[in-house]
Amino acid sequence: MSAIEVRDLTKTYGSLRAVDGVSFDVAPGEFVGILGPNGAGKTTTLEMVEGLRRPDAGTISVLGEPAWPRNRRLLSRIGVQLQASSFFERLTAREQIRTFAALYGVPAQVGDTWLEHVGLVEKADTRVEDLSGGQAQRLSIACALVHEPELVFLDEPTSALDPQARRNVWDLLRGIAAQGRTIVLTTHSMEEAATLCDRVAVMDAGRVLEFDRPTALVERFGVATLEDVFLTLTGREYRA
Amino acid sequence: MSTPSTDAPAESSVRPSEASAFRAIAVAVLKGFLRDKSAVFFAVIFPLMFLVLFGGIFGDQGRSKIDMVQVGPVSILDDLPPQARGAFESTFDVERSDDLAAAIEKVRKGDADVAVVQRGDDLIAHYTQTDPTGAGITQGALRSLVDGANVAASGQPPQFTLTTDSVEDDSLTAIQFMTPGLLGWAVAMSAAFGAAATIQGWRQTKLMRRLQLAPVSTRTVVAARVVVTIAISLAQMAIFLGLGAAAFGLTLTGSWWLAIPLLVVGTLCFMAVGLLAGALTTTTEGAVNAANFVVLPMAFLSGSFFPLDDAPPWLRSVSDVLPLKHLNQGMLDVMVRGEGVGAVWVPLLILAGFALVVTLVAARLFRWDTA
Ligand SMILES: Nc1ncnc2c1ncn2[C@@H]1O[C@H](COP(=O)(O)OP(=O)(O)OP(=O)(O)O)[C@@H](O)[C@H]1O
Ligand SMILES: [Mg+2]
Repeated sequence: MSAIEVRDLTKTYGSLRAVDGVSFDVAPGEFVGILGPNGAGKTTTLEMVEGLRRPDAGTISVLGEPAWPRNRRLLSRIGVQLQASSFFERLTAREQIRTFAALYGVPAQVGDTWLEHVGLVEKADTRVEDLSGGQAQRLSIACALVHEPELVFLDEPTSALDPQARRNVWDLLRGIAAQGRTIVLTTHSMEEAATLCDRVAVMDAGRVLEFDRPTALVERFGVATLEDVFLTLTGREYRA
Repeated sequence: MSTPSTDAPAESSVRPSEASAFRAIAVAVLKGFLRDKSAVFFAVIFPLMFLVLFGGIFGDQGRSKIDMVQVGPVSILDDLPPQARGAFESTFDVERSDDLAAAIEKVRKGDADVAVVQRGDDLIAHYTQTDPTGAGITQGALRSLVDGANVAASGQPPQFTLTTDSVEDDSLTAIQFMTPGLLGWAVAMSAAFGAAATIQGWRQTKLMRRLQLAPVSTRTVVAARVVVTIAISLAQMAIFLGLGAAAFGLTLTGSWWLAIPLLVVGTLCFMAVGLLAGALTTTTEGAVNAANFVVLPMAFLSGSFFPLDDAPPWLRSVSDVLPLKHLNQGMLDVMVRGEGVGAVWVPLLILAGFALVVTLVAARLFRWDTA
């Protein structure tokens, strides 16, 4: 059984087909990256698979269950980091992670260890409003992982991180993948996709153009890097 | 940084209990409130400032004439020398009556300030302490009349004595009448602002979307938010009553605790108003301003800042359709007027009705986001 099975997924906003007939499978334990220019439909796709947005058409099965309507048993098995950090106002980093731990039935001490995993022990007593962008992003990742979910969705988890934090988060994610968990992330870093992902999906204009191993794509396109594949597929112009 | 220590994905995830989720959200929301200086200011300090301020204004207010009901013949007033009569008439408006019970009832209702009757050589004044200034003037003026009359009858043992008698069992001072109204306003304001700001805040920080992805029911999230607001309302009540009793001589009548259910349902009603404000606006400032736009005028028209007893009839009929008026009225009745259960069930039903209707309207108009 696949961890995720998506068939003919469609979502339109007015006349815009944000997601246009997307189908893909993710195997259990697989580490998958979704690439694509701004506005390609990555976040929209991810949020439909998470059960946050309702598809206009298509079917989604997550860990063998439908993603829509909201299913709390399924939600306790998945972990989500949204593209925009979302926290309880005026709580410190420690209070934040403990609150999320409690929402998932995880003891407070486990929450505290997650502050260590993302290198925020020194910032434990800092209010979320006073964290830097990258610190907030790391806290958001910790909140997604605190209940050790089987399936993890991360929307651009490293976009605001400094090189040290980025490498540390990579190690963290490799560790999670090594435990047999399934990870789906979006990223604009070709290096990140090539380093971490078993397979990458390249999206543009709401469609999945390619879905394969990074090395296989590079080989098939006869280019040097994954970035060359990306630019060949999606062109060099600005995207809306 | 280290890697998490567990070795395999949990086959059966722990089912979090709704109770622990409820507690976690309630604690988070309460901490968020207590750390929001402006929210605390508007919920507690600001209304208390009004309490203190209004106490001061009431204390040395220039005032109009005192309404006196004279029951039967009162020789000391009827036989005033001309120059004393001028002074007397600049202070008192006199109405004559033959029915003492009716006159006292008038005073009790606030339609007159004092009822005087003469029994032999005793001048008896029945007055209300609702308005301490008026009561003071009444007592002082009557005492000087009595003293003057005694001097006039000089060489005699004092012929006239003045006995004053408050119509209420418990002494009612300005603080008694201001506390329930200002408390009503404080609760309305913080419940409405809190709900409006929460809606917008959670919408903007995407927290609501994140909570949708956590295995907690929407009911639990809403219940936690509501319970925190009710707890804040009850804390406001405790602070108002505690400070009123300690510093301003507030005394409550027997069934004052009936104000608690009134306050709880009133809180729900004004949370609904805030919800509606949140549904109709797109920013936190917009939502709070919209809530303020409703609550502040309503407070004026509902007797939070001045008693409606002297208000023109049209204003009283306007106030009858405002939920805050019924909250204030109900709290006044049970907290200082000594009334019981009979005085609360109508306000309770009206407030509950408002809460229900406004919530339904807000729910229809409400969108968490555009997705
Ligand atoms: N709620 C919405 N209402 C209207 N249009 C939307 C909405 N959400 C997304 N869109 C549009 O759908 C398209 C896809 O958006 P999406 O957020 O999925 O892109 P993305 O691939 O995640 O981009 P990025 O790399 O910038 O995060 C965009 O053109 C966006 O403007
Ligand atoms: Mg995106």
